[in-house]
Amino acid sequence: MTEPIQIDEKGARLSDAVAAAGGIDVSHCYQCGKCSTGCPLAHEMDLKPTQLMHAIQLGLKDVVYNSKTMWLCASCHTCSAHCPQDVDIAEVMDTVKIMMMREKKTPKVPEVLKLSKCFVQNLKWFGRMYEMGLVGMLKLRTGKFTQDMEMGMKMLKKGKFNLLPRFTGARAVRKIIKRVRKLEMS
Amino acid sequence: MKYAYYPGCSLHSTAREFDKSFRAVCKILGVELVEIENWVCCGAAGAHGVSKLLATALPMTSLALLAEMGMDEVIVPCAECFNKLKTAQHSVKADKKLRRDVVKAIHKDCNEEAKVIHPLTIFAEEPLISKIPTLVKRDLSGLKVVSYYGCLLTRPPKITQFDIAENPVSMDKVLKAIGITSLDWSHKTICCGGSFALSKPDLAVNLSHKIIEDAKAVGADAIAAACPMCHANLDTRQCDMEKAFGTHPQMPILYITQLMGYSFGLSPEELLLDKHLTDAESILKKVTKPGEAALSVANEVK
Repeated sequence: MTEPIQIDEKGARLSDAVAAAGGIDVSHCYQCGKCSTGCPLAHEMDLKPTQLMHAIQLGLKDVVYNSKTMWLCASCHTCSAHCPQDVDIAEVMDTVKIMMMREKKTPKVPEVLKLSKCFVQNLKWFGRMYEMGLVGMLKLRTGKFTQDMEMGMKMLKKGKFNLLPRFTGARAVRKIIKRVRKLEMS
Repeated sequence: MKYAYYPGCSLHSTAREFDKSFRAVCKILGVELVEIENWVCCGAAGAHGVSKLLATALPMTSLALLAEMGMDEVIVPCAECFNKLKTAQHSVKADKKLRRDVVKAIHKDCNEEAKVIHPLTIFAEEPLISKIPTLVKRDLSGLKVVSYYGCLLTRPPKITQFDIAENPVSMDKVLKAIGITSLDWSHKTICCGGSFALSKPDLAVNLSHKIIEDAKAVGADAIAAACPMCHANLDTRQCDMEKAFGTHPQMPILYITQLMGYSFGLSPEELLLDKHLTDAESILKKVTKPGEAALSVANEVK
């Protein structure tokens, strides 16, 4: 039996909220499915990109926020490039992630958000990417200490990593991150 | 030819060989590079999932420094940085409020008109594309290579405006110009899963494996790349592919500038060919024809 979808007034504003936060109007999507056929990670997602767009249109916030889909988006932009309606689907994925973060919702694939947070923290400290620091921070946050150890050691031996951070531009970046946070709060 | 140069974080660390080979090739081609002093990270794969304002402000900081240098053209070999710089320019043009906020965040004006150029674009166009064959010193005609462009150079096409998004050819043109046989294949612009290299490596291994498998299927000896994320995924994950799929692909992954430099006669040390985890040096040594043969390539093109 088909279950009726409950659409309340609050939920119906979800596509407006997405448009306000990221500038993309999801209502242009007419469900052709081209985004999902081109997506290299569609087989890993619980909702196909098309379905995620539909859920946003219907205002099903819980369905959207409980999905793994946007967290498994590789930002390859194949969907956006294929969309006949010019909907930037990859940007919508980012927007939903940002909205969830602001509302302090727990993502279904926590590693992805943890990496993004470590990345920004890394920039705040060092100004430029310091890979050793990033990997260390990520391991502390995820607890996956042995993951990629073998490969990491090989890369280290090849001299692929800078052993120490350089702090070039660190002060400028720290100030920018601070001002960005302030502007986003206001 | 003189350009400002934005190397980005990877070219100063994990992709040092890309930086060194790119600089060496530019020197031979007569392209002068002036590195932007005090450039900052472009935000790469981390910032855009956290804050659009931050992801736009960071590239704009470096582009503002470009304006301070009195230059308006910047060359960006890293596909990730190239994409992020272009995206930031597009975003501030499309969204006036975002532009105002960026100015408030970086305390500098937005430089959305600067020309952000990927080296492949200038290598594959006149005058350099005609000059390249005349500089060839090693005959690499026995080498069969596929060009891997990945996502970040080609998409979104309206923003990157790089080559032909569905079937880019600039790297193939450059390969042909240095006498290498470039093969056609179907994975030119398919994603390698670079953004999951650290957070969900199993996804990246799976996607990268498909790319290498296709390169093998068409008979390629090596893959040419122009993106440090793609390179890292394809090169360093081959041991993981062995664990997941049973066989080690043994597929050399080289930066396009390393292949160019090698054909121009530079030594493996000058191109840091030993930096890769999957051996890339032996194949080059194996196919290089000894003696005078190299000159024939230059003559043939003339």
